[in-house]
Amino acid sequence: MRTERVRGFVLALVLAASGVAAVSWPTLTSVVSREKVVGLDGFIPRWVLLEPIAANGLTDAAVQAAVKKEYFPNQFSVIPHDGDKVQVAGADLKWRAVDTKSYNVNLFHFARALDKPTSDVLFWAVTVVYSPKEVPNARLAIGSNAASVWWVNGKEVIGIYGDRQTVIDDGVSRRLTLQKGANVIRVAVVNGGGATDFCARFLDADDKPVKGLTVNLADPVQ
Amino acid sequence: MRGLVLLAGAVASATMACAADGVVNIHDPSTIAISGGKYYVYGTGGGSLVSDDGWTWRTGVAPSRRGLAPDVIHIGDRYYMDVAANIGAQPKAAVNMIWSKTLDPESKDYKWEEGGVVASSDGVEDSNAIDPGVLLDSTDGRLWLVYGSYFGYIRLVELDPKTGKRLRANDVPKNLAINSEASILIQHDGWYYLLLTHGSCCRGADSGYNIRMGRSRKVTGPYLDRTGLDMLQGGGSLFIGSGGRFIGAGHFGLLDEGNGVQKFSMHWEADLEKGGASVLDIRPLLWRDGWPVAGENLKEGTYEIESVRTGTALEMAVEGMPVGGRRGRGPGGPGRGPGGLPPGGPPPGAGRGGPPPGAGRGGGMFAGTGVPIPAQDVAQVSVNWPTGTVDVRMANYLLQSQQKWTISPAPNAGGYPGAPYYRIRLAGTERTLAAVEGGELAVLPGFTGAPEQLWRIEQLPDSNWRIESKAGSMALSAVGASFATLSKFDAASDKQRWLLKTP
Repeated sequence: MRTERVRGFVLALVLAASGVAAVSWPTLTSVVSREKVVGLDGFIPRWVLLEPIAANGLTDAAVQAAVKKEYFPNQFSVIPHDGDKVQVAGADLKWRAVDTKSYNVNLFHFARALDKPTSDVLFWAVTVVYSPKEVPNARLAIGSNAASVWWVNGKEVIGIYGDRQTVIDDGVSRRLTLQKGANVIRVAVVNGGGATDFCARFLDADDKPVKGLTVNLADPVQ
Repeated sequence: MRGLVLLAGAVASATMACAADGVVNIHDPSTIAISGGKYYVYGTGGGSLVSDDGWTWRTGVAPSRRGLAPDVIHIGDRYYMDVAANIGAQPKAAVNMIWSKTLDPESKDYKWEEGGVVASSDGVEDSNAIDPGVLLDSTDGRLWLVYGSYFGYIRLVELDPKTGKRLRANDVPKNLAINSEASILIQHDGWYYLLLTHGSCCRGADSGYNIRMGRSRKVTGPYLDRTGLDMLQGGGSLFIGSGGRFIGAGHFGLLDEGNGVQKFSMHWEADLEKGGASVLDIRPLLWRDGWPVAGENLKEGTYEIESVRTGTALEMAVEGMPVGGRRGRGPGGPGRGPGGLPPGGPPPGAGRGGPPPGAGRGGGMFAGTGVPIPAQDVAQVSVNWPTGTVDVRMANYLLQSQQKWTISPAPNAGGYPGAPYYRIRLAGTERTLAAVEGGELAVLPGFTGAPEQLWRIEQLPDSNWRIESKAGSMALSAVGASFATLSKFDAASDKQRWLLKTP
């Protein structure tokens, strides 16, 4: 416990030194601990979110085109850190590590607090989930407002399309193996207008949330 | 919930069941028994049918006693058959018990042993000791025999489950019902149900046979029908009567498949498709409000396959096109071409804040086209569909072509009790739903008849449907609102329950 507090303090100092301004979100908080335990409901609570990129269209084809377009280098492999910046269409966009207070990650809150657009935009989000053991026959189960495309360890596993609201376990991947140690989850959420958010968790072979997972955004040891 | 049941019922009524396949001629069939993986059923006059899968039947070997309306029950390592015979002028009759360790005539253990008389009528008393039906009580292991036919009462006596013989020969039989025959008892949720047949038999298409029912908390009765009328006073609510191309329903027999799936066997006095012959049929047994309901086997047709759990419909994972084409929301309204709006359609949320342009003036997004919009033509919308194997997913049902499935019996593919294996394909195409590697789903470009492309479709007790792959016996499962997979059937879950709606 004492060690965790010290880590948090050190992280806070690092954040301050990095020049990342504190932002107040209704449902999100800045990351102050090294590791976050995934709760019993399985929802992944910690993500690194990129400030929104302009995007249009929610049909299958439009979303696939939007998420496959290369906006910044190593788009499908980078594991960003809080405060990292990328340049997209001449603008500097910042990655921000957040914890969510709820089952979902509210992208509308995220962008609005930063005075960024929330409509006709694309959000990239990345997280690294650690599993204490290999979990075969697992599934990534997600919901998003609106469309989203998901990758687990570099492989595209889910795409849901159209103007839709976030429903828990809306899109579910085919069976996959959650590997022991680090698993990189990457998502692109495309929003048309109004609210925008997402949620994600891993289900086991019995469709129950996988237990014992943690999230750690430090560079993963594969 | 009621609405759901009614809807499912409406769908079921739109489909007509088929009788079993092969040689199915039989009268007064026994309860179906399974021995060595095969299905056996026996009828009046030594009638015997056998099937490897419960769908295609052939003539079997007559048992050692060729009597009236036998019933069969499997207890321990014995198959007991109770079979009646007239032993004088009606109603003088007796029910004899015979037993064998197997029903397979090819087995070295196949031998019918005489067990003696278990019930009789002397020709004077108000009873006719024929049409036996046997129940092994699941609550206490006691064995019961009901029998009787029109001359007086349906009666109950107790048998010894260790021997199949009458437990106490001097016990006075208990009267349960009157003016009926072909009785049998079943149990469900703490109730005993007495199913029996009213009306006349053996007149072909003029037979008024129909199966009636009452229930009781005690095996000894009283058995009351749905209106509260005692079956001893002529009561009996209809379970199944004539319908479709079948006339005269009689001789209920329970076939419990386990895991919450039940069926029943019976005979039709006249199958009009078979020249009015008496035939075996096997149908789903449903339960509603504490009463058994006769379900239907699926008929070939085109359906929306909707998850009970999620309310979303199975579809091939291709870009959907709105029925009638994409239309604008502005004054331009309809007619912006087949593609209509650019990819992505109108901005989400647009038009929600106020009256639509043109509303009330005959234009705008709410005005329609002014002419009927035809059903979507799969030949048109499929032009841009991928040609190979395509993923399967689920979505809100919007009457689109990738959401309509034609379900038809697969030729020469065998079946299961009461129905054949089915092929499921996108309506108007050869694209076939299939199980693929890893227990997942895909739509294949064509049909080869492989087990992965064959489906066992059965109505569950709540009237919803289970859709199970022949390859691996895994059931279609709505694990997510937008995703379906295959998984082991769980009777306690809605994941594998589907509505088959006429689109």
